[in-house]
Amino acid sequence: MEDVKIDKKLDIRGVVCPYTLVKSKLAVESIEVGQILEIILDYPEAAGSIPKAMLNYGHAVLKVEKINPKEWIIQVRKEVED
Amino acid sequence: MEFSEEQLKRYSRHIILPEVGGKGQQKISAAKVLIIGAGGLGCPVGYYLAAAGVGTLALVDNDEVELSNLQRQIAHSVKTLGVNKADSAKQTFESLNPDVNVVAIRERINSKNILDLIKDYDIIVDGTDNFPTRYLINDACVMLKKPLVSGAILRFEGQVTTILPGDGPCYRCLFEEPPPAGLVPSCQEAGVLGVLPGVIGALQATEVLKLIIGKGTPLKGQLLIYDALGVNFRKVKIPKNAECPMCGKDPKITKLSDTPEQYCSI
Ligand SMILES: [Zn+2]
Repeated sequence: MEDVKIDKKLDIRGVVCPYTLVKSKLAVESIEVGQILEIILDYPEAAGSIPKAMLNYGHAVLKVEKINPKEWIIQVRKEVED
Repeated sequence: MEFSEEQLKRYSRHIILPEVGGKGQQKISAAKVLIIGAGGLGCPVGYYLAAAGVGTLALVDNDEVELSNLQRQIAHSVKTLGVNKADSAKQTFESLNPDVNVVAIRERINSKNILDLIKDYDIIVDGTDNFPTRYLINDACVMLKKPLVSGAILRFEGQVTTILPGDGPCYRCLFEEPPPAGLVPSCQEAGVLGVLPGVIGALQATEVLKLIIGKGTPLKGQLLIYDALGVNFRKVKIPKNAECPMCGKDPKITKLSDTPEQYCSI
């Protein structure tokens, strides 16, 4: 799981729910199936809810990592067309 | 089209739906819907389609708002008494959602103007609720192959159906001709529970949005009947009639015609 190729990065630090999910969903729509989106965020609830939502959409969550006391990185691989 | 921050907020509950998403919301923003009648049905249909962000929303109505309309025609108000209904609804929908281009058409629909009025729109909504006009709209939509979402209300009962010309039956497959005027309640007799057009109009708006985003099953070939008193929804199949005078294999009706107006519009 180390050093996966990231196809798109989304920085939503400072964004709160539900716009964290809105922006993440739109970012996934903008990549191709098989490509990977990396999201960096600082809204604590979204660190739990975005991976869940992405799984519900049918995508794969490759990584959820707290990189410092306030920020998380989530990696999502698009698995299905929108 | 990129969403503005304001649009992201306004449409967030659509965008996060898997069946809609940003792509579906863009289809909604690009859609052009024409609603015939800004009365009991046209008001809720237009209200929800404006809220949903339908790009162009045209309203056709030649009547003025009266106090007796306000029991059910929710886009109008005491501030617009005497104002043309299409104009009154346009004000309401524009203040709800400035993204929407609302077009008020102050005309009564007839066999001469209908093709021209509907030709530039993707989906047509029948909110006129009177028989001759329902048949006229049906015929025009079959001729121009326009999807039509039709609704009707009376007392405590309402019905909805979606007509997809070329892909399912039309109104004349069910009854070839409108019922004689005497069989239909006159204006004085035609009561309706005020909330009923809200239920039926919301169902029509739902059908329109499903057609726009291309998700779910359209209500084609079926009449959905709602009985408010018995709290009953039932679906009646409308078989496609191969001999239908409008959409059958050898259609007898080749031009539009008007019937005298002895009917009541709710
Ligand atoms: Zn037919």
